[in-house]
Amino acid sequence: MAADRVAVSLRAVAKSYGGRRAVDGLSLEVFEGELVAILGPNGAGKTTTIEMLEGYRRPDEGRIEVLGLDPVADSHRFRPRAGIMLQEGGIYPTIRVGEAARLFASYFAHPLSPAALLERVGLADKTRTRYRQLSGGEKQRLSLALALVGKPQILFLDEPTAGMDPRARLLTWEIVKEQQAAGVTVLLTTHSMEEAERLADRVAIIREGRLVAYDSPARLRGDSGPELLHAELDAELPSALLARLRQLEFLEAVEDRGQGRYELVSSQPLRAAAELTHMLWQEGGPQLSLLRVGRASLEDVFLSLTEEAGA
Amino acid sequence: MIRAVTTATPPEAPAASPIGRSLRAQARIELLLLLRQPENLLVILVLPVLLLLFFAEVRAFPSIHGRPINFLVPGILTLALMSTGMVSLGISTAYQRYYRVLKRLGATPLPRAVLVAAKAGSVLLVEVGQVALVLAIGYFGFAWRPPGSLPLAILVMLVGAIMFAALGLTMAGVMRAELTIGGANGLYLIFLILGGVAMPVQQLPDLVRQLASVLPPTALSSSLRAVLAGGAFPAAPVALLAGWTLLLLATAIRFFRWE
Repeated sequence: MAADRVAVSLRAVAKSYGGRRAVDGLSLEVFEGELVAILGPNGAGKTTTIEMLEGYRRPDEGRIEVLGLDPVADSHRFRPRAGIMLQEGGIYPTIRVGEAARLFASYFAHPLSPAALLERVGLADKTRTRYRQLSGGEKQRLSLALALVGKPQILFLDEPTAGMDPRARLLTWEIVKEQQAAGVTVLLTTHSMEEAERLADRVAIIREGRLVAYDSPARLRGDSGPELLHAELDAELPSALLARLRQLEFLEAVEDRGQGRYELVSSQPLRAAAELTHMLWQEGGPQLSLLRVGRASLEDVFLSLTEEAGA
Repeated sequence: MIRAVTTATPPEAPAASPIGRSLRAQARIELLLLLRQPENLLVILVLPVLLLLFFAEVRAFPSIHGRPINFLVPGILTLALMSTGMVSLGISTAYQRYYRVLKRLGATPLPRAVLVAAKAGSVLLVEVGQVALVLAIGYFGFAWRPPGSLPLAILVMLVGAIMFAALGLTMAGVMRAELTIGGANGLYLIFLILGGVAMPVQQLPDLVRQLASVLPPTALSSSLRAVLAGGAFPAAPVALLAGWTLLLLATAIRFFRWE
């Protein structure tokens, strides 16, 4: 893996649709052979971003380079090197699986063997089946196969495992990891935290067209930092108790997540738990319904970073 | 002694296949998928043949040089080209746009010009088959022997084929898929009745005759009829045909959206 060559670079990229800035000053670099997962709520600009990288749209502002090329202006050199998977569709409804694989292979000078590829994605027994008759997961796997047939140097996968059963999802993850091991750069969008944690070297979290976090899943979770104590109560803590908690020196922070949910950040989570339960027992505050020690999950990080302003 | 070839040299960058190869593969698939749809076979093959046989037997309409078949063959040829270019190509392309097939193909190394050429090639092949069939039915079934020029008729049909394909693609590239189905089928019916296909425009009520006489199918059927009947070159309908073709081609190119 050439760890320090940049495969994808976005610099201050903006794209508007009808006055709404879908992507709003996004800068991002992906190294060659790296697998980056783009996370974000619906409408955050994930698909717009990936479609600009695929060469479907030109940014209004900023610069995009993929494999050293401008995906729009250098499309003749870019397209043979990129494999893409649309969020859905993209294949003739009445084409047979085998025909689709051979058709897409015909676009490339040195394609993979269509038969071997269909075998790999588990569609070897479906070559005579029409696309329309495949299940959702099978359609996705055919779409993945078509993305791979030209032996791409970079893969763009827009929600590759959406609608897949668990077995198909595992197979897809395995194939994506194989590609990465072979040095292919991979960008994928997903709503699945599990997918991001399992596959991604780095996770880019986008909100309202802007990058709000970009790091490895472990560092986003804060694995090296202090632990968290999650407490759920049946009511809000009285403000006096909250103030007393906040004065405790071994607590780095007390986050109020609303509706009686609190996060106490500390390198001594058990001590924090003891202090909190003691306080509630003594003062007769709200009832404790859940107490959990642990680090933030990627989902917690995602939710806190993408919370709607004013929600 | 044979030694294993090392693969230590860096792999070459992936490249597009030669255009000839992708064009052949694409045209083959487009043709295959067009013929795979039963509704396409109905409109491309069954309806023109049935209408030809029906009206030739019924003898309900006037004749040229004393023979109804002389009137009918050019009309059915017009219907055949309309079925393939406007209805089949239009509707299938509309669905390919709807299912994002065109979008997906746009990200492959297949150049757009090659995709368009493949579609044109597949449609043209179907149309050659249709025309051959209609001509054969006329020739062998009804002793049809047109006195006019066949090469000139083929040229006129080629222009007509482009006109109807451009009309189908304009609808497919602008309207939603469901609207294109409705539009193409609606126009098919209107053109069948008003386009001088099996019924002469002169017999229509005054109110619609004016409109009917300038419609695209009327331009084609009148040109074809005149060319096959021999005599003076039919400048007026051919000019109308050329005008429609240029106009529709321009609209298709200008307004077609791939996504």
